[in-house]
Amino acid sequence: MFGLLGPNGAGKTTTVEILEGYRARTSGEVSVLGHDPANRSIELRRRIGIVLQSGGIYSHITPREALAHWASFYPHPRDVEEVLALVGLQEKADERSRRLSGGQLRRLDFALALVGDPELIFLDEPTTGFDPQARRAAWETVRSLRALGKTILLTTHYLEEAQELADRVAIVKDGRVLAIGPPRELMAHPPRHPPGGEAHGLRYKIAYRDSDGEMVERETDDPTALLHELTGEALASGRQLQELSVARPTLEDVYLELTAASSGERDA
Amino acid sequence: MFWRNPSAAFFNFVLPLLFLAAGGAILAGNQHDLDKLVPSIAGMSVMSTTFTALAYNIVFLRERGVLKRIRGTPLPSISYFGGVAANAVTNTALQIAIIVLAGRVFFGIGWPSHWGELIVFVVVGVVSLAALGVAFAHAIPNFESTAAYVNAVFLPVVFVSFYVFDSASAPRFVRTIAEALPLKPLIDGLSGAMVTGAGLGSHLDALAVIAIWGVFGLYLAVRGFSWEGSR
Repeated sequence: MFGLLGPNGAGKTTTVEILEGYRARTSGEVSVLGHDPANRSIELRRRIGIVLQSGGIYSHITPREALAHWASFYPHPRDVEEVLALVGLQEKADERSRRLSGGQLRRLDFALALVGDPELIFLDEPTTGFDPQARRAAWETVRSLRALGKTILLTTHYLEEAQELADRVAIVKDGRVLAIGPPRELMAHPPRHPPGGEAHGLRYKIAYRDSDGEMVERETDDPTALLHELTGEALASGRQLQELSVARPTLEDVYLELTAASSGERDA
Repeated sequence: MFWRNPSAAFFNFVLPLLFLAAGGAILAGNQHDLDKLVPSIAGMSVMSTTFTALAYNIVFLRERGVLKRIRGTPLPSISYFGGVAANAVTNTALQIAIIVLAGRVFFGIGWPSHWGELIVFVVVGVVSLAALGVAFAHAIPNFESTAAYVNAVFLPVVFVSFYVFDSASAPRFVRTIAEALPLKPLIDGLSGAMVTGAGLGSHLDALAVIAIWGVFGLYLAVRGFSWEGSR
């Protein structure tokens, strides 16, 4: 699973729509599963599944009918009941789609993209506008797609989502890739921006409440040593480190560093 | 799918039949007027189940993102439009059948004397007006304004065609306009098949007018087709 992460207007959807064959590229070469998507070959469209940011469905069709109909477009579709179960829509399978909730419609989106048994699935901001609970449920569905052995291209502006789901992430802004790699690696070895410039170095954050009741936050490259020092002092003087926490750098830190640095550079 | 949307079913199917019933009641006993009424309503039915219905549907499906989703599947565009056209033909055929039956049973008009002519005019009329409906959808910017756009075309065309078809004393320029639009020739052809008994040979010019509109409509429908809404 590959994640395309960036702020609104960074060019994520544009990129995905070029890959899906909806938009023409202005320059360069594009290859998806060995095809140029601009040719819009049926061969390629049989092998991909698309979850659009806002795709509609006939108001008067039920999920089971929609899936059976969509399945007929593909040479080797998955079983409709199996797909309904996979996205958790069995109970709503015979409800007209206009009566479904937003989350249920989104699950139908997943199901429709999946029913053709594609090798490659595009998920364009699959959880935008979801409440936290619906988002977790959608993540479960996405994980189950990955468990089926599908390649998935995910775009999102939620850092947590990219960190949670993606094996590799590209951070994009203004149509350019700022960094690319597994989330863990990006966090451990943040890329320098501009390239070759000074290392920003993402650091661990240790926070606690001191004896005056003030929150203290310290950043460090060596959390073990700092923690030892702090706890040693506290023990020696018989104090508690109230609300002690140690936070690893998150993808959010990498992201904020990179996007801030790139707009600074542009403004200069 | 169609019958699951009661309002669409009403406007496409029931409304022309209501016109037929109302007109029939008003004109009862006047066979000359009834002979004019039945083919006029038949022509209007063809236009409402094709031009009006398709303009509505295409705009709706486009703005809702259904067309975009379909475009992402391996379904060839030609199959999709084939389905749309077959649906229009089926709906229209059903409706014409009801009107023919009503003409026979209630309005003292015999069975159509030229079935072949009836079929030719219905099929050419459906294809032409359906293509014009799809083409017209391109001109409609969003779903909210569809009713205004469609009625701005549909109502004047219906009025002028009915008027010229019914009245021999219509001013010449109005007659010229009506003859150049597709609906009046269609009503002429249907009238020939259902009422007057004038054969296909006497309505070839009418058929040509409808066909020219059809070619024009198909060209515009294919050329300007947009799969995505303006969002």
